[in-house]
Amino acid sequence: MSEYILEMRGIVKTFPGVKALDDVNIRVRQGEIHSLCGENGAGKSTLMKVLSGVYPHGSYEGDILFEGQTCEFKDIKQSEEKGIVIIHQELALIPYLSIAENIFLGNERSKKGVIDWNETIMRTGELLKKVGLSENPNTLVGNIGVGKQQLVEIAKALSKKVKLLILDEPTAALNEHDSENLMRLMLEFKREGITCILISHKLNEVTRVSDSITILRDGHTIETMSMQEDGVTEDRIISGMVGRDMTHRYPERTPEIGEVALEVRGWTVYHEHHPDRKALDDINLTLRHGEIVGIAGLMGAGRTELAMSIFGKSYGRNISGQLVKDGKEIRNDSVSQAIANGFAYVTEDRKEYGLILMDDIKRNISLTGIGKLTKRAVVNEREEVLVAEDMRKRMNIKTPSILQKTGNLSGGNQQKVVLGKWIFSEPDILILDEPTRGIDVGAKYEIYTIIQQLAAQGKAVLVISSELPEVIGLSDRIYVMNAGRITGEVSREQASQETLMKYMTHTGGVKRGSDHQTV
Amino acid sequence: MEAITKLFKNNVRQYGMIIALVVIMILFTVLTGGLLVKPINITNLILQNSYILVLAIGMVLVIITGHIDLSVGSVAAFVGALSAIMMVDWGLPAWIAVIASLAAGALIGAWQGFWVAYVKIPAFIVTLAGMLLFRGLTMIVLEGQSISPFPDGFTKISSGFVPNLADTATNLVAILAGVAFTVLYILNELRGRREQARYNFEVTSTGLFVLKLAVIAIVINAFTFMLASYAGIPNILVLLFVLILAYSFMMNKTVMGRHIYALGGNEKAAGLSGIKTKKVTFWVFVNMGVLAAVSGLIFAARLDAATPRAGTNFELDAIAACFIGGASAAGGIGTVFGAIIGGLVMGVLNNGMSLIGLGIDWQQGIKGLVLLLAVAFDIYNKNKRAA
Repeated sequence: MSEYILEMRGIVKTFPGVKALDDVNIRVRQGEIHSLCGENGAGKSTLMKVLSGVYPHGSYEGDILFEGQTCEFKDIKQSEEKGIVIIHQELALIPYLSIAENIFLGNERSKKGVIDWNETIMRTGELLKKVGLSENPNTLVGNIGVGKQQLVEIAKALSKKVKLLILDEPTAALNEHDSENLMRLMLEFKREGITCILISHKLNEVTRVSDSITILRDGHTIETMSMQEDGVTEDRIISGMVGRDMTHRYPERTPEIGEVALEVRGWTVYHEHHPDRKALDDINLTLRHGEIVGIAGLMGAGRTELAMSIFGKSYGRNISGQLVKDGKEIRNDSVSQAIANGFAYVTEDRKEYGLILMDDIKRNISLTGIGKLTKRAVVNEREEVLVAEDMRKRMNIKTPSILQKTGNLSGGNQQKVVLGKWIFSEPDILILDEPTRGIDVGAKYEIYTIIQQLAAQGKAVLVISSELPEVIGLSDRIYVMNAGRITGEVSREQASQETLMKYMTHTGGVKRGSDHQTV
Repeated sequence: MEAITKLFKNNVRQYGMIIALVVIMILFTVLTGGLLVKPINITNLILQNSYILVLAIGMVLVIITGHIDLSVGSVAAFVGALSAIMMVDWGLPAWIAVIASLAAGALIGAWQGFWVAYVKIPAFIVTLAGMLLFRGLTMIVLEGQSISPFPDGFTKISSGFVPNLADTATNLVAILAGVAFTVLYILNELRGRREQARYNFEVTSTGLFVLKLAVIAIVINAFTFMLASYAGIPNILVLLFVLILAYSFMMNKTVMGRHIYALGGNEKAAGLSGIKTKKVTFWVFVNMGVLAAVSGLIFAARLDAATPRAGTNFELDAIAACFIGGASAAGGIGTVFGAIIGGLVMGVLNNGMSLIGLGIDWQQGIKGLVLLLAVAFDIYNKNKRAA
């Protein structure tokens, strides 16, 4: 058998008006973990779609050799028969079906068309054991967390006798703990001889598990590196991805921290669906003008719930506690009241909760602050155009026109539109929930710059992030949450991934850094 | 020529239905030997379709918010029945009865809006229930009988014409209205173009622009001339015209319009942007109730009677008009103008097929196919652009 399980040669894929892939070459060795890195829009997902037959043979140029044979896949079914399985970023599971039903969906264990439930359940049990998931095969997929759902997807792939497993941003929605699990699992598969292609923006994961790395930029293969021989570092990968050296991943900044802008006192919130469960328990925190405060925590720690319950009681019930803004107690009973009080909340899921995707950039930017553009309820469209144009320049939104639909923009540009919308509403307190999720390195840097500019203008910024380096790199002070409580408060100087991780998994009451002055 | 094909390609979605309408009109003009575009028939077309067009205006708002209203036909019948009881049985003056009827429509809308917006019951279910409920109530209040005749002043809403200035064969008011409207239209277009140029937007070439103005000016004046050579401008056309302008303005230029589109485009994002989504949904249904009442009044006035079976299947025609006019069933997309064009497509089809003597059986079938093809064409276009 040849050394390479997969070779893709001279792949060219054009969409009307754009060359998404231009002479891309990639060779994957038998049994290795091969990472595919590149900024958003570099062509990673397109390349994987060519490989798996989503784009059928004939719609692209170039050759695909799998196990030495030329392949001409017409659809996903054909590539799966060969043992190529792709797990997409957006999970393709059906929430109302059980784990077992999902795993064998389209591939049912049956006798003469009648499903053999005993075998289905038994085989599911075996597969779940393999991926290290201890759940009942009859549990509905909708009732388990994202991390576990990811494992179900992998079990599903294993059920198809996979030889080449492609994971597209598998850890994007996972917390550190689940990501860690997944990485371990990949290394386990490697020992069993399954080849993996990993697409990920999390470079620490890439450098940890990969054997080789191929970098794509603007639809071209830039280079393929071997981890062992070339001594690849994260910075080395980044410079390959962006085509320049990135010495600073976080912009330089000298914080000018002012008076207390917001105090949250004794904030207790009950769970939305389980009315007798506390989602947040006695949260106390302060936020100062000009300060960037991070909130770290594992998924399910209550970070988003905290942000949304403060922002107009958008989450939870039986909310008790005080909000004190600039020394005065305020009430945020509805979103519009919160906005009137100078709050802004950038949601973690910009497509689902942040943007009207079918509307253009202009209308999305003006949506919240539309009152400033109106006279007797009539919108001044000329002003609106000027405002949107101004925001496009300030935020450096890369688009041919402000009339472009936001659904057509890249993740980074979409996030800039959301930020622009909230900046236009002129808030004093910004809560940013995962502001750089799924955004490429270059755009991340721009978003960081914008966040720092906002703080420099005296606004108080609360940043929620699952990426510890980001929380540490950006924040002046960090609160750590676990299970609905604040378990630690760490100053910039004390912050390290290890300290944060310790508090994140800590279940007791508040632990403060030893030398930190409490307010 | 290249510019024209480009213009055409870019605007297929926008102009597609207008083109379809023109094609259908030409087809039936030929098939009926010119009968379709006779002045009397053009006037009839307006009178016959006015109540559906009024419903379509309200319906497109409901559809843009991502809901549907199946009850409008029953509501129209119920309000028509109420107005008949007030005017014919109780002898109330027409204006009081009209105001009371509109208020009843608003109340019905509020009732349905409450269930949809605040209790979160799917509009399909709430309005399906409303369809049965208000049909039932219509039969109850009418005791299964028709009520007629209405006072003269009331029936004038649907059968009257704007009075002529002088005693001329061709109606002067209609001609003048056509000219005045043409001038206003051209001035408005020129202003818009100047502004576009000022903001450095791409403007269509001068030649095409003039061509477009000329075509529209001819269409407007040909239309008013037709009306003038029969009996002038129907009262109902004035009402329709005002409604179309007012609702287009609201949807395009006001905060309420923005909120309706945003809500339909992404309800969660709209809510987190400070839009009071429940309130907006509620008022869209109240508005639908009022317009259903307007439609019911127009229909009762036209028939000069309130009947238990009035308004049957109106909801289907109104919904079809919106979808033919480019509205999306998923919400967020649609225009008042599109719904009107869609309503006219259905209207011309009905009228044309009746003129050539096709039975109601064939008419239904063909209308169904047209609805399906129109939406299929729309989706095909969208996919083609997305690819």
